[in-house]
Amino acid sequence: MRKLFAVLLAAAMLLSMMSFASAEGEGKVYYLNFKPEADQAWQALAQQYQALTGVEVKVLTAASGSYSTTLTSEMDKKDAAPTLFQIGNAEGVATWADYALPLDGTELMQEMTTEDFNLKNAAGQTVAVGYCYEAYGIITNKALLEKAGYSVADITNFESLKKVADDIHARAAELGFDAFTSAGLDGSSSWRFSGHLTNMPLFYEFRDDGVTEQPATVKGSYLNAYKNIWDLYITDSAADAKKLSGYTGADAEKDFYDGKAVFFQNGTWEYADLTGKYGMNPDDLCMLPIYCGVEGEENAALCAGTENCWAVNAKASEADQKATLDFLKWVVTSEEGTQMMAEQFGPIPFKAAKASSNVFFNDATEMLNAGKYVVTWAFNYTPDVDNWRAGIVSALEQYSAGAADWGEVEYAFVDGWATAYANTH
Amino acid sequence: MTKKKRSAGAVTSPLIRRPIQRRFAIFLLPTFVCFCIGFLWPFLQGLYLSLNKFTTTSNAEWVGFGNYVKAWNDPGFRAAFGYTARVAVVSLVLINVLAFFVAYALTREIRGSSLFRGVFFVPNLIGGIVLGYIWKTIIDSVLPVSMSIQAEYGFWGLIVVMCWQQVGYMMIIYIAGLQAVPEDMLEAARIDGANGWKTLWYITLPNVMPSITICTFLSLTNGFKLYDQNLVLTNGAPVRRGIGATEMLALNIAKTFSTANQRGVAQAKAVLFFILVTTIALIQLWATRRKEVQQ
Repeated sequence: MRKLFAVLLAAAMLLSMMSFASAEGEGKVYYLNFKPEADQAWQALAQQYQALTGVEVKVLTAASGSYSTTLTSEMDKKDAAPTLFQIGNAEGVATWADYALPLDGTELMQEMTTEDFNLKNAAGQTVAVGYCYEAYGIITNKALLEKAGYSVADITNFESLKKVADDIHARAAELGFDAFTSAGLDGSSSWRFSGHLTNMPLFYEFRDDGVTEQPATVKGSYLNAYKNIWDLYITDSAADAKKLSGYTGADAEKDFYDGKAVFFQNGTWEYADLTGKYGMNPDDLCMLPIYCGVEGEENAALCAGTENCWAVNAKASEADQKATLDFLKWVVTSEEGTQMMAEQFGPIPFKAAKASSNVFFNDATEMLNAGKYVVTWAFNYTPDVDNWRAGIVSALEQYSAGAADWGEVEYAFVDGWATAYANTH
Repeated sequence: MTKKKRSAGAVTSPLIRRPIQRRFAIFLLPTFVCFCIGFLWPFLQGLYLSLNKFTTTSNAEWVGFGNYVKAWNDPGFRAAFGYTARVAVVSLVLINVLAFFVAYALTREIRGSSLFRGVFFVPNLIGGIVLGYIWKTIIDSVLPVSMSIQAEYGFWGLIVVMCWQQVGYMMIIYIAGLQAVPEDMLEAARIDGANGWKTLWYITLPNVMPSITICTFLSLTNGFKLYDQNLVLTNGAPVRRGIGATEMLALNIAKTFSTANQRGVAQAKAVLFFILVTTIALIQLWATRRKEVQQ
């Protein structure tokens, strides 16, 4: 019995020594990736880099929806913690401030074409670089729009959008399709409204007030615009406004690819599924800005920003940090790296970026070239994101069902923000 | 109780006791080690972390009792406490009354009673999340508005799901208790002319008190600790003036934990939660144990 114990103990000791041994020496890269759909591409790229340079690159992908918990537990492994991870927004910066290495002046940052998508800490240092960007708006089925007797050029602001949508909704039975897809408030869909749509009032308020960092309070000065567009979504759609929590993201997507609705609020990331999996014709698709009744919105472009920002672990060894930064530089400059990034993430804000075939991005670029203003992702400042959004979702649901008035939404938006900020600071 | 005495007698025999005393470590150590790793150590670390501000457990900053103050001052936490108590008490009563009467009915000689026992027990084998989704779909399709809009619907929806899931389990325990009621006592009652209700009240119930102790303990702690079904059915909604009207304690703690810089506060809430559930469970055990009879 004692002998067996001794053997087991010795084995355990040897194992722990081995793991220490591999932690020292040459730098290595450990990437905790948060996009399951890009896992294979990252694994392949990591192998290529390892074959090329001999540097060990390990990629672990957190299961869908579990990135935050995986990151928390992985970061606890002192010598084997990720050297590279993602931070998505101001709250992420607050949570991981101690772990995010300032990246100003690194070769990686010198390769960037814009710093618009980067995240900064309280001291004003860049701690996470936006490695790709996304855009969202109202995805439109041009073929259906034409069937209803309109064209994209007819829609230039909220008023014209409402006119077209109201008319389509009124003739829905005759046309065989409605204006908007279901505005589902199930968890798989509600982020489109509690996250992305709330960006409209936040963006315009911050623009007016010159806000450039996370504010402790918001006023909700553009909440009437938010109400305009939300009312339109729930009125001009076939979905039952009393039961919005029963509609999922997949339901809305299906309304759209089945040709049951003309407008679908979503982003560039939908392109691959709509044209690939569901076989829609790219020529029938385009993306309109979200018009909500704000003065001058004729000049608005799509909402562009990102929650995909790389951060390097400040607590990793210097050798590991260097290996990680070298790897990232290779990813955004090499043929293999830029090819993969273009395929997986569309256009990336780096000098060596390759073009993307995504028509939604082409719409975004076209609007920018026409001199329109980008609606940036103001919602990245949201404090206590999950709880603030949950408050909005519940308020929207009660309002839509007639169980509460619009004041509940205003409370969730304004007071909810103040509470969320106080809780996290 | 005779069974217990017999086994106690066997263990006190030196022939069996001595080897056990000599080798007890072999039997106890594995469990003890598992207990330490899986329970004691995390529990102590949790206590320590509740006095810290932390993002990862290896990098904690001491803040003393500040987290407890914050936890107690959170109106959402206090509201969740009240709501949880309401759910726990209502479900405790309903589950046990229903389970007892189902058990009582199924120990009468009814045709197909073993089939019914099986059917009643099956809901227990389905996981809380899956079950919650199924019930959410069913309930929401019947109601005029969803449970996440009307807090009262959410409350009763939760109670229905809890009953449906737990009645079968408690029923099994009650059946075991009912079958152990001594036949001679029942016969004596019959001879003395006691009617059905009197027999139930004065003979059966006192004799199944051990089952009642176990079942009330289980359903009370289940009620307080409930998380899955609460998460799936309403996720705390409707939120009114910033407070989730159907948010229970466990859900409130989990939500706090996912908030930046609030992990210590969530941990403090978890410690308060532990103290609360333990206290209530101990009081309940003491209260029901007193009613148990020795045969």
